[in-house]
Amino acid sequence: MRYLWFSLLLLPLLLSPFPFYLTLLNFFAIAALVALSLYVLTGLGGMTSFAQAAFMGMGAYATALLTVKGGYSPWLGLLLGLGLALVLALVLGGLTVRLKGHFLPLSTIAWQVALYILAGNLVGLTGGHTGLTDLPPLVLFGLPLDSAFRYAFLSLFLLALLVLALHNLRESRLGRALLALRGDALAAASFGVDPAALRLKAFLLSGFLAGLAGFLYAHFLRFVNPTPFSLEASIKYLVMAVAGGVGAIPGVLLGAALFTGLEDWLKDLLPLLLGRQGNYETIAYGLILAAILILAPRGLWPLLARYLPRREGRLPREAPLSERPLLGGEGQVVLEAQGLRKAFGGLLAVNGVSLGLRRGEILALIGPNGAGKTTVFNLITGAIPPDAGEVRLLGRPITGLPPHRIHPLGLARTFQHPHLFPELSVLENAALGTYARTRAGFLQVLLGLHRKEEARALATAYRALKRVGLESLALEKAERLPAGQQRLLEIARALASGASVLLLDEPGAGLRAGEKRELAHLLKSLAREGYSILIVDHDMDLIMGLADRVVVMNYGEKIAEGTPKEVQKNPLVRAAYLGEVA
Amino acid sequence: MDATILGLLLLDALQNGVVYGLLALALVLVFAVTRVILVPIGELLMFAPLSLVWLQGGKLPGTLWLALALGLLWALLSRGRGSLWPLGLGALLFLLALLGLKLPLLAYPAAVLLVVYLGLATYRVFFQPMREATVLAYLIMAVGLHVAYQGLGLVFFGPEQYRPAPLLSGEVTVGLSWQGVLVLLFALSAVVALYLFFRFSLFGKALLAAAENRLGARLLGIRPEEAGMVAFAIASFLAAVSGLLLAPLINAAYFMGFMLGLKGFVAAILGGLSSYPVAFLGALLVGLFESFTSFYASAYKEALVFLLLVPALFFQSLKARAVEE
Repeated sequence: MRYLWFSLLLLPLLLSPFPFYLTLLNFFAIAALVALSLYVLTGLGGMTSFAQAAFMGMGAYATALLTVKGGYSPWLGLLLGLGLALVLALVLGGLTVRLKGHFLPLSTIAWQVALYILAGNLVGLTGGHTGLTDLPPLVLFGLPLDSAFRYAFLSLFLLALLVLALHNLRESRLGRALLALRGDALAAASFGVDPAALRLKAFLLSGFLAGLAGFLYAHFLRFVNPTPFSLEASIKYLVMAVAGGVGAIPGVLLGAALFTGLEDWLKDLLPLLLGRQGNYETIAYGLILAAILILAPRGLWPLLARYLPRREGRLPREAPLSERPLLGGEGQVVLEAQGLRKAFGGLLAVNGVSLGLRRGEILALIGPNGAGKTTVFNLITGAIPPDAGEVRLLGRPITGLPPHRIHPLGLARTFQHPHLFPELSVLENAALGTYARTRAGFLQVLLGLHRKEEARALATAYRALKRVGLESLALEKAERLPAGQQRLLEIARALASGASVLLLDEPGAGLRAGEKRELAHLLKSLAREGYSILIVDHDMDLIMGLADRVVVMNYGEKIAEGTPKEVQKNPLVRAAYLGEVA
Repeated sequence: MDATILGLLLLDALQNGVVYGLLALALVLVFAVTRVILVPIGELLMFAPLSLVWLQGGKLPGTLWLALALGLLWALLSRGRGSLWPLGLGALLFLLALLGLKLPLLAYPAAVLLVVYLGLATYRVFFQPMREATVLAYLIMAVGLHVAYQGLGLVFFGPEQYRPAPLLSGEVTVGLSWQGVLVLLFALSAVVALYLFFRFSLFGKALLAAAENRLGARLLGIRPEEAGMVAFAIASFLAAVSGLLLAPLINAAYFMGFMLGLKGFVAAILGGLSSYPVAFLGALLVGLFESFTSFYASAYKEALVFLLLVPALFFQSLKARAVEE
């Protein structure tokens, strides 16, 4: 089914009597490559770049310089071009992926402008605005690709290949992680995704694709000058991708096709309308972009896709990933916090809290609203660093480590307000949990060598869904789950990760009485198997019937600890909850 | 390099730096209140002197029709009594522009009002309907508007450069014209006025509150839409006046605003898009850097300014945690 993309290669045959359309076809393929680079960056990664044309320029000028000035082979030019594009992406990305999302695009604008100025002014090297001419044609199997007809086979073949590769990326642990990162960086990091590293890799891939497009562009026209690599061009590609629908591969291809046609038409039409020559099509691009962003923020493709037959998802039938042994010996303290302290400005949210969770135990952390329970969770899981105190997981100090480093050591969490990815299926949401247990890197994924591992990861996720009773909803979108089941899905995600220490933040909220009983039953059986569970909840009936021990907090301090019976009798606890005079 | 040249370069740096500084302040303000990164601020800046040239030449500028058209959309979007504002202001603008054709002095307020009105309408028509959008979506919209406005600038004013007559002619000393003094005075008074506005007026405080916490501000009766309007009004006012004062010194053309705006961005990024004083100081640094690079490598001065981003981003990157909740 997916190999149908190669039927694109029939297009040059169909269009062979129309040389003009063959040229447009090549432009479409090149634009589509750039649009695909934006699919990786914006559609999957939730970042964006206004420098895709500059990346193209790297690819184009590298090959032009090597072939025209040095007389080397274009393939050497390809290597250099891709290398330069990667270096540029590394510098730009390295500086900005750790910052808030808008610094990357702003920096890309600045660098795009700077590189364009350089290309125009370094006359000795680049030929300035007149550019470099007479690039040699590419030669494949002894056949020079010197006509639009021949060239179209190469450009469309590469396009189809990359569509398949990016499809692989989307259906992989990395694609899932990127989508997760876009939606909710904290949730992604809590399952082992290193946000900065993954964003940087996505940016590198995106720069690579645009650089490749630049190489194709240069050898198609066999002439380079700065104009096609300007900020306006970068914006044009972004408009294409956003208008077509940057969240889906067919969307960006649709955008590329529409705008390649539109550009040509506008270039003829607008000067006629306005009675003057000039780059007036930018006005149309800007206004089209504005209209799309307001009227159909997700682009045109989702509007069309509604009328297409929906492909049914498939439940995994493969064997799950091999079990991770549950950590710790019988009765050993697996998770230990000592003297945790955290102040937000003048508010002391947590003050000197210590607790220890033993293997196979359910420990409840309770307290009135604002007592600092969730902050304790965030301090333990690395979501925020503590001001003082220490956290140990199986004797290893993990204080101040970021969440993505703590999770693989065997700790998984759920959130007070579910951090799920509404557009992904329930199964895919659970499968995010397996991120840290799977290995496939970008290269393997793009080449499709990850499928076996992916199938086993999905099977693991499916088994976790069965465990919490959501298997019948596996293929639904997560946004369709009611609040209670969203919490169960978060537990399934934690189980899929194979972590043996589970931190559950209010798992019972929003569940009906019957569901709560089932939840209690599930948690008890997990504890019997050797999972260690730290739980925060408000529901006293649930906690008192479930927990082996209880830690009570009030105003950021621990005020009591013991069995449920003991703390219920504790006068301090009664005062905190009921306002009795102690 | 001798002392005279050094002095000239410093004066040049100061004069450009304060304009970048005003743009940076405007950008930080708009971003803080609305999460919009106002890329088209450079176009707003250039529209002011170009419209002025047109009015003084006895022609109604195309920007007027653009502003009125967007104002009409604004009125349609508001409906009811809310539409009185755009209609009333639009009528005032049109009247002022007509008077400006006859009385050259009135052309100045007409050009300022035009740009402010255009800025407000831009916010109302393009950004407000995408409420709750991500910063990224706002940024893409802003960049789209930048190219559209720049293209329209070409349609309205053509590719030529214009030099409006200065308000004050003559030089104080070599290298510093009275017009340059005017730029410095405006920047100084704008900074002081902004400080007083935010520090002492209830409305200014409300604006800061809306920037700090939108939901909290809403609960206290501050409407984020209104706060956004005020932020856009201030930003376009600063851009318009800077443009009018600067144009006699550096010429005005449809494409020139973008580079000025970008340098404001570099300054704003130096301040992390959040600190007003650091952004302003950053702008002076940008001016200084630019002035000296133009002395040593003038062809590349525009490109070299962006190098300043590298240490700024690197420094902020060290402070940042990769995970935000």
